[in-house]
Amino acid sequence: MNNQTPLLTYCLRLGDNALIQSYRLSEWCSNGPILEEDLALTNFALDMTGRADLLLAYAATLEGKGQTSDSLAYRRPEKEYLNCLIHELPDEDFAFTMVRLMLTSAYDMLLYSALEKSPNENLAAIAAKAIKETRYHLAHAAGWVERLGDGTAESNSRTMQALTMLWPFTGEMFETDSAEQQLAADGIIPNITALKEPWMEKAAQVLKSATLEIPALKTWQTGGRTGRHTENLGHILCEMQYLQRAYPDATW
Amino acid sequence: MTQDTQLRSWEVFTQTRSGANYIHAGSVHASDRNMALQNARDTYTRRGEGTSIWVVPTDAITASDPNEKEMFFDPANDKIYRLPTFYTMPEGAKAI
Repeated sequence: MNNQTPLLTYCLRLGDNALIQSYRLSEWCSNGPILEEDLALTNFALDMTGRADLLLAYAATLEGKGQTSDSLAYRRPEKEYLNCLIHELPDEDFAFTMVRLMLTSAYDMLLYSALEKSPNENLAAIAAKAIKETRYHLAHAAGWVERLGDGTAESNSRTMQALTMLWPFTGEMFETDSAEQQLAADGIIPNITALKEPWMEKAAQVLKSATLEIPALKTWQTGGRTGRHTENLGHILCEMQYLQRAYPDATW
Repeated sequence: MTQDTQLRSWEVFTQTRSGANYIHAGSVHASDRNMALQNARDTYTRRGEGTSIWVVPTDAITASDPNEKEMFFDPANDKIYRLPTFYTMPEGAKAI
């Protein structure tokens, strides 16, 4: 961990975000409220798997120790995963999934739009692909947040509850460290601090039309970016890594 | 048939390439036209089958009555002169 170059760490963070998002979305497979939504959510999960694959494959190349996207995805111990905590929280209900997808897609839109301009061709190409997918995820999720928030008393209260649970985890998405700041100063990656305000604007716009209040907060949850996770990640990895742990190098 | 409780029904037509006919792909459930378009996209074009989609509320479609099939379609059965089979296809033409 400590020997990682800043760019490698950065790619693992983005890759792990996509990987864990994919896992949570894939849990809706066969459990969607209607068939159409089931398909949509599994489509999104596959988009995220593709993104994780590209980012982790690039991370493996940067590391140069013979790892692959698969070995990074399925064989690392828990503390080496660097995803933000917001992605690993278990889905409480459909409203929770949609609020989270709206908040994180709005973030991904800004992040990948900026990253597309990176002089690093690998990152720019991955970002260009991610933007198209994310634009759709955001439209889909924002539409549902508006419908549910501005829907019935029941759907409004559930959506508000989801927002209240998720909001403390949004701060971590904008955290940075000196290594990342150096990459940003060199123009390789976006300055994430500068994206907070446009993100807040977008989130506030959707939440307003959903008649939801942004929770007032003084404390934020943090830890995932440095490998300190909630208990939920362990449970995810138990299931996600099972096959590769039980049958290493299994293929089909 | 049990009552359909999953939102309103929409018919989906997809176009596989620019200029081609829109072909009926199936139907989806959705509460409004935007959701119908999104659901149609996710249900019928997720493997790259389409370049454009139409969605139409199912109840906006008027269908012929199966019981009137004879009246509607049988008179066309014995009029081969309505088919262009007596023309020779110009060489090289794929369709007239």
